[in-house]
Amino acid sequence: MTQKIDPLKKMNWFDRIAHPGQFLKWSRYLILPLAILSVILFGVGLWFAFFNSPEDYQMGDTVRIMYIHVPNAWLSQLVYVTMAVSAIGTLVWRHPLADVAMKAAAPLGAAFTTMALFTGALWGRPTWGTYWEWDGRMTATLILLLMYLGIIALWRSFDDQLRAAKLIAIIVLVGTINIPIIKFSVDWWNTLHQPSIVSSEGLSMPASIYTPLLIMMLAFTTLFALLQTNAMRTEILRRKADRQLRKSLNKENG
Amino acid sequence: MKAFLSIIRRDIKLATSSFGDMLTLVLFFIMIGVIVPIAIGPDKNLLASIAPGVIWIAAFLSSLLALDKMFRQDFDDGSLLAMRHASISFEAIVFAKLIAHWLTSILPLIIATPMLALMLNMNTQILIYTIISLLVGTPALISFGAVGAAITVSLRRGGLIAPVLILPLSLPILIFGVSAIKLGTGAGTQSAALLILGAISLITVAFTPFASALALKLTQE
Repeated sequence: MTQKIDPLKKMNWFDRIAHPGQFLKWSRYLILPLAILSVILFGVGLWFAFFNSPEDYQMGDTVRIMYIHVPNAWLSQLVYVTMAVSAIGTLVWRHPLADVAMKAAAPLGAAFTTMALFTGALWGRPTWGTYWEWDGRMTATLILLLMYLGIIALWRSFDDQLRAAKLIAIIVLVGTINIPIIKFSVDWWNTLHQPSIVSSEGLSMPASIYTPLLIMMLAFTTLFALLQTNAMRTEILRRKADRQLRKSLNKENG
Repeated sequence: MKAFLSIIRRDIKLATSSFGDMLTLVLFFIMIGVIVPIAIGPDKNLLASIAPGVIWIAAFLSSLLALDKMFRQDFDDGSLLAMRHASISFEAIVFAKLIAHWLTSILPLIIATPMLALMLNMNTQILIYTIISLLVGTPALISFGAVGAAITVSLRRGGLIAPVLILPLSLPILIFGVSAIKLGTGAGTQSAALLILGAISLITVAFTPFASALALKLTQE
């Protein structure tokens, strides 16, 4: 298979997304807008959350923890979905950036999940009277954190990151199929947590609380996009540096 | 089918020829039943109430300990590579190895369960339920284990990473496995748990040979 590739040919948009070098070029212009956008969203969202939303008639000011807790809980799941899609991209489409995205997402997912658990513990203390309760949803989130950490550990134990990517994609997908089962099983096991506030039956909270919550969720999602893009860039550059180092070492040794 | 059976026979022969491995595993399983009463005190009622959980934990830990044996040796000496050219598909071979692993590593543990039951003050009825729940649930346990073992087979220092990966995935098995033993948890709860456990086992046994075979193939590329 000798296919002539014209290096000067203008790439179409799909190649631009797929090619690591091209990604480095265009993603540079993504960092600053995303950073500015997330600063603005956080500013507005936090202002609403602290000064312009009502206290809860039972929980008082502690209800404001929700504006941090719920977005983190949302992201803990969104990041896993990102990883699962990247895993499919690695195994099925063999997209050259998919494994970079999968690797970059794991520590971010672990961080957001830790934040969700931590803020949940702070919220649980004044309202439920305990930092930790073996309730279905909390347990499922804790298991999710353990899965993130296991996947990070697996990335670290492989030397060849390209081979690691395909193997880790398998475990990520097995985990994806298993997450509903885990969720169902811990719900069966024990349940205390309040039901989901966003359901098919509509919202069960007033707009004065819902608006800041939505803004905060948007802010955290933008933050994730920013960190993810940056982490992917770092990973590509790190691999580039590794290749350069190996090349120069080979040259030195003849 | 002949090739399938011969793989199972080969693996069983290999496992039983080094009888020490099997014995060590059973000893480890039983020792968990020894250290629990020593650690929490010899209160018979307390022991009886936690016995199903303890036996499942013992089975969990022992099966994780045995994981490394599943593919490691065949990967190191190249048999696994040769098996890829067999007359049956590689997935079927992995499935055969899974069955052989269950017969040589898990079945001895289930046979040793009455000893554990004796030490933990379990009555006969609960012992029977425990054995049924182990028989139904352990195939799922080693199916997940097979994926972990296949993914980490090329890692020299991979001994601990596979259990760490597999444990969170296997928690549903533990939850339903223990629920299937507990009596008096409400009408139908116990049998429902057993049925769900069976469903999980069937799904994972059908699905994971493909994932494990894919991981082994990718490792050998």
